[in-house]
Amino acid sequence: MEFLVCISKAPDTTTRIAFTEGDTRFNEEGVQFIVNPYDEWYALVRALELVEAGGGKVVIASVGGADVEPILRKALAIGAHKAVRIDADPQDAGQVAAELAAYAGDKGFNAILCGKETIDHNGSAVPAMLAEHLDVPCIALCTSLEYDGEKAILTRETASGIEKVAVSGPFVLSAAKGMAEQRIPNMRGIMAARTKPLSVVPASGAAAGTSIERFALPAEKAGVKLVDAENPAELVRLLREEAKVI
Amino acid sequence: MNIAFIQTKGGQASKASLEAAGFAAVIGDTVAVVSGELNGDGGLGAVGVSRVLQGPAGLDDGQLAKLISAAAEKEGATVVVCAQDHLGKAVAGRVAVRLGAGLIAGVTAAPEGGSYTRNVFSGKATARVTGTTGSLVVTTMPNAIGMPEAQGGTATVEAFSPDLGASRVEVLEAAQPSGGDRAPLPEAELVVSAGRGLKGPENWGIIEDLADSIGATTACSRPVSDIGWRPHHEHVGQTGIAIRPNLYIAVGISGAIQHLAGVNGSKVIVVINKDPEAPFFKAADYGIVGDAFDVVPKLTAAFQAL
Ligand SMILES: Cc1cc2nc3c(=O)[nH]c(=O)nc-3n(C[C@H](O)[C@H](O)[C@H](O)COP(=O)(O)OP(=O)(O)OC[C@H]3O[C@@H](n4cnc5c(N)ncnc54)[C@H](O)[C@@H]3O)c2cc1C
Ligand SMILES: Nc1ncnc2c1ncn2[C@@H]1O[C@H](COP(=O)(O)O)[C@@H](O)[C@H]1O
Repeated sequence: MEFLVCISKAPDTTTRIAFTEGDTRFNEEGVQFIVNPYDEWYALVRALELVEAGGGKVVIASVGGADVEPILRKALAIGAHKAVRIDADPQDAGQVAAELAAYAGDKGFNAILCGKETIDHNGSAVPAMLAEHLDVPCIALCTSLEYDGEKAILTRETASGIEKVAVSGPFVLSAAKGMAEQRIPNMRGIMAARTKPLSVVPASGAAAGTSIERFALPAEKAGVKLVDAENPAELVRLLREEAKVI
Repeated sequence: MNIAFIQTKGGQASKASLEAAGFAAVIGDTVAVVSGELNGDGGLGAVGVSRVLQGPAGLDDGQLAKLISAAAEKEGATVVVCAQDHLGKAVAGRVAVRLGAGLIAGVTAAPEGGSYTRNVFSGKATARVTGTTGSLVVTTMPNAIGMPEAQGGTATVEAFSPDLGASRVEVLEAAQPSGGDRAPLPEAELVVSAGRGLKGPENWGIIEDLADSIGATTACSRPVSDIGWRPHHEHVGQTGIAIRPNLYIAVGISGAIQHLAGVNGSKVIVVINKDPEAPFFKAADYGIVGDAFDVVPKLTAAFQAL
């Protein structure tokens, strides 16, 4: 079995967000970068569990500049076998999906695992776009995956709850919480990662279909209005009459 | 011309889909596409849709994308809108690829000219985005745009069955409700959430009672679902579900930055915490400093007295 896991670089979850160049670019200065949590905790770990049990290989791929290589090394330290960096500056989900598809198209992966969303772009957009390029099903928001090399049984979240589905043949999924547990890389993994293959492949030159005009920070809150613990009825009154949400 | 993709439940358009249709109707003339059963026009005429194209039921994500794209091509649509809900996340991107359109996902405000506002960095910032190709697929964040005003019109319904190929996804077990008959978290208008301050799963009765008193959906912080006090699907925050209810009541939650990232789109935040220094108070509109076990039952009683 061979799986491709799509890995995105993301700012650490505690990052304070700031912008530069007239609020048109994220200010990366002093920012710690991590593997996007959904890609690492859920997609990558589940793919590793499946090859540990059934044999095979986990390839990871990221669309990005040289700055994503430390992130790829971290994912190699967790256990991935081989990393690929697709050399393009990611502009939007459409471009990223097209680049991933151009790489994965002829490699015959059994399945491609993505995270359910990036914590910086929050689009939940790449997996479905990638699946359409490859003409395979996209199972979005998966919370479990069983796979024997031929048939996959997946659980996904739907508007009305959870649903169990089966897919034969290759597919793309987006991983949500529940699929696997986070793994902390150990010393051996970190040492091994240094010598695992990390190759750089040229971009196919896919274009973005959208462009960011300007970023903005949300307005500050006016400050909390405290209500006495003995008088919750006053809170109810405020919610009705002032905030008008009840 | 615009296309709105509509999810139905019991023949009626879902709330998130009506928001998407209203959003499309603000941009221009809108034709809706549905898959499966529909009662009358499903409530779509009232939000400004003129015609509904009704496709077959039971389609997978690939077939739905073919249905929507065929409708867009037939109508010469330049904008396709759908809700950024579970199904939207599996289908919208496919439609964009099929149409060669740009995709702007999770829009949170009415369009301004050709520019769309969406949340980025897990709600810590917003971005204004434009399309750079001739056509666009836009998905709307549930409970962000607001329900369109009813206009009292009726849409005409036409059968629509382009070639969709065979389904490649076999549904083994149909959807099991995860949260009883409460609204699903991403769409919920009222949410009551609790954290580690509740001490143990056996104490969630007071949270359920508070939620029931106002018809709210329940949620929790990440550690609470990690230790199994509550199911995973209740976990809100940067690594759980992002929500934007009208009212978010947080009980015994400290307000870590990762938690706030998933709830800071809420219109009004109420924090109940026994520690006056809890960081959550800085992000709150209203607060009560007190012991949850004392305050919550009293608050429930006050809501019930309405
Ligand atoms: C990469 C990463 C991602 C994360 N993602 C998320 C996420 O998506 N969502 C999330 O929630 N967290 C997330 N976290 C965890 C986050 O950092 C916090 O640890 C977590 O939110 C704390 O949960 P809590 O507030 O329930 O518990 P605590 O921080 O332990 O807070 C409990 C609170 O309850 C109060 N309390 C105690 N007893 C009472 C009482 N009797 N009455 C009233 N109040 C009481 C205390 O004063 C305290 O403020 C993430 C962390 C990391 C590192
Ligand atoms: N630059 C990238 N390189 C590789 N995979 C990516 C990239 N960006 C996003 N992805 C994958 O697509 C998923 C969804 O991303 P998004 O559409 O941005 O929310 C992520 O969780 C990743 O698995």
